Amino acid sequence: MEQLFQQIINGISLGSIYALIALGYTMVYGIIKLINFAHSDIYMLGAFIGYFSMTTLKLGFVPSLLLSMLFCTIIGVVIEKVAYKPLRNATRIAVLITAIGVSLFIEYTTMAIAGAGVRAYPQMTGFLTGAYRLGSINITVHQIVIVSITIILMVSLQFIVKKTRIGKAMRAVSLDRDAAELMGINVDTTISFTFALGSALAGAAGILVGIYYNSINPLMGMLPGIKAFVAAVFGGIGIIPGAMIGGYFIGIVEVFVSGYGNSLYRDGVVFAILILVLIIKPTGLLGKNSREKV
Amino acid sequence: MKELFKTNWIKTLVSLILTFVVIQLLISLNIINSYLQTTLATICINIILAVSLNLITGFTGQFSLGHAGFMSIGAYVCALITLKTPTIPGFIIGVLAGAFTAAVIGVLVGLPTLRLRGDYLAIATLGMAEIIRIILLNMDSITNGAAGLQDIPQFINWRWLFLYTAGTILIISNFIRSSHGRACISIREDEIASEAMGINSTRYKVTAFTIGAFFAGIAGALYASTFNFIDPKIFGFSKSIDILVIVVLGGLGSLSGSIIAAILLGIITTYLQAFANIQMILYSLLLIIIMIFRPQGLMGSKELSLSIFSKLGDSFKSKKGRV
Amino acid sequence: MPILSVKKLTKSFGGLTAVSNVNMEINEGELVGLIGPNGAGKTTLFNLLTGVYIPSSGTISLNINGTTKSLGGLKPYIICKNGVARTFQNIRLFKDLTVLDNVRIAMHKNVKYGLFSSFFHLPAYTREEDELIKQSMELLEILKLDHKKDELAKNLPYGEQRHLEIARALATNPSLLLLDEPAAGMNPAETAQLTELIGWIREKFNLTILLIEHDMSLVMGICERIYVLDYGMVIASGTPDEIKTNERVIKAYLGEDLNNA
Repeated sequence: MEQLFQQIINGISLGSIYALIALGYTMVYGIIKLINFAHSDIYMLGAFIGYFSMTTLKLGFVPSLLLSMLFCTIIGVVIEKVAYKPLRNATRIAVLITAIGVSLFIEYTTMAIAGAGVRAYPQMTGFLTGAYRLGSINITVHQIVIVSITIILMVSLQFIVKKTRIGKAMRAVSLDRDAAELMGINVDTTISFTFALGSALAGAAGILVGIYYNSINPLMGMLPGIKAFVAAVFGGIGIIPGAMIGGYFIGIVEVFVSGYGNSLYRDGVVFAILILVLIIKPTGLLGKNSREKV
Repeated sequence: MKELFKTNWIKTLVSLILTFVVIQLLISLNIINSYLQTTLATICINIILAVSLNLITGFTGQFSLGHAGFMSIGAYVCALITLKTPTIPGFIIGVLAGAFTAAVIGVLVGLPTLRLRGDYLAIATLGMAEIIRIILLNMDSITNGAAGLQDIPQFINWRWLFLYTAGTILIISNFIRSSHGRACISIREDEIASEAMGINSTRYKVTAFTIGAFFAGIAGALYASTFNFIDPKIFGFSKSIDILVIVVLGGLGSLSGSIIAAILLGIITTYLQAFANIQMILYSLLLIIIMIFRPQGLMGSKELSLSIFSKLGDSFKSKKGRV
Repeated sequence: MPILSVKKLTKSFGGLTAVSNVNMEINEGELVGLIGPNGAGKTTLFNLLTGVYIPSSGTISLNINGTTKSLGGLKPYIICKNGVARTFQNIRLFKDLTVLDNVRIAMHKNVKYGLFSSFFHLPAYTREEDELIKQSMELLEILKLDHKKDELAKNLPYGEQRHLEIARALATNPSLLLLDEPAAGMNPAETAQLTELIGWIREKFNLTILLIEHDMSLVMGICERIYVLDYGMVIASGTPDEIKTNERVIKAYLGEDLNNA
């Protein structure tokens, strides 16, 4: 029983990470119908920037977190302006391949600059090293930090999307870009802002993972990226609460399969979930069916 | 009409014989040394992969990101057969068995996923390919898992490569210029109109998918017989992307584009080996630049044909002659 | 027996009922019109008849050569194989393909040679391909598009594109032809030509035709009977003269004076 709770707690921590990354995928897909392959690399950059911030700049956790998020925001917006904006009206395949190109570019440039090897985050000091015990259930402060920061960020995101003008603009552009433009919404700014938000969250996830798992490398984004993407699809691609639900679902499933089942199949289960969702209900848990008008 | 067919046949035959003889010559004279022969093999294998993927994605409009999955099946089946029976008949059986197995898997994968559209289909195929890879990884007793299969007998020489590559191009090209091929193309153009004209779109999507998988299987078998070592990692998402890049660079819907792109990229990567470090960085930049400035690729959806020379001749005549 | 018999046909999308309890009968060889204000459900009805939508309730029966077939729930390509062809309100040509290809593809369902013949271009392939080209050209000649056989469909002028839509539908060898606003965007001269063409192809190909149109000169000029749809329901049916003077119809069009058509 206690093992069950431990697994659930571990699953929630992992799920928080997936949720943060999944949000970026879902927001970008919602607004320009692009599967941003480069998103997982922004997550990786977040981890690396956090690393450099804590080792070279010797900043504490919170300043590093903010720095990561800031840099990732900038990088995300730059990528959109340089690589995706020129292809706003191109075919889906063209944008997809460009996204893949950007992803490869980030990965290999990082490898060239920082080396392909694994780096370890510096040891955490102070309150981050603690843990709480409830019977034989272990909850580390890391996990509490991850979950709390994730909740704070998600709540802020919901606030922005539901209660601000720019949030309304995001929703409008997702529904009908041309109509939004005709209504006087600055589509370019709105899209950039969407990328900014998603990238900030990914950056946060990156540094949180760096602290939690302690090791980072230039290709660390691939697997979590795909899983977060599956999470976004599961919850309903383009739907923000869906990404949150999806993230936690995938996180918990992964931990359970790993703990109770065969860890070799752990990754396979995630893909199986993807296929099942696409076959049974491609629009995801919270998605609506949309028809093509004939 | 019959005259036209005859001259086309002769042109095709002549260019095939020329290509075979010239390259065989270069090999015998060691101008194409063993290092370049590997490049040649890679190019041929990539041509088969690109042409077969183009059938699925370029001509039928079904976005497939899992082509490497079919390749891996062909590779493993062939490898296992030739390891058991390292003879030429064994090799031939291996290639065919690999191709047919890949085709069967193609049907199994295609049936449930091909009713999805666009991006959803793309992700589904990606997921399927990953599942295939993970299964291969876990079937330790047969596939040797992550360690892969080694010392696979090498049967590949220019004759086999040429046979399989030319064969693939001819069969797929013939298919496209048939009514069945046109049915596939109509699905790309407008699936709803296509159905209204009496075409069973699901059946043809699966057909194109299966044919594509078959030839990907052949390519995989050839790969195993060339490089004498395979493991599941080789056939991952990266490989599927590599093939897709060749197809898009050459032009979706252009077979000659795929061939030219495969050759060009094969040559470029060989030369970029010297800059191993920044090779991938340059490659990814190349991708981005080409997509931004010429997303339709080299050939768009047109084919390279000898009629281009007669067209040039015509434009000269009209400039000189009339008003 | 009527060639097409529609009983209590209803289609709802969530809370919206697009077609409601429609009853319709079309006899073999008739030329029937379907009119109504925008959004009345006319194209939805076509989509139901051709399998694009599945009926929420009601039946559609097709009766050709003595065999009756229930069309509700069948896929579009099967309905086409049973002899029902259609054109689309927003032209759905295969834009990047040639005029000849557009027509040839519509003839595909009658092709007999298999995949193996297509891989190796066996004699069966050559024979049937020649036949396909011959038949396609005959059709194109009738619709005055033969000289443009190698032109890409997207490059044709609008009127010719509409002609090609019709040629394509005819190529499927139908018994029942559904035309969705064939005269949309045409000037009076073109519309008059089209009116003549429709009458002519009905004779030549032994067709039954159901057509949706807004252009009253075409409808009144050529239709033997007319059904009027409004808010998904049939509000009137009868001969053109009866429809012209029908109070409900006039009201539905909000004062449009049908007598001037």
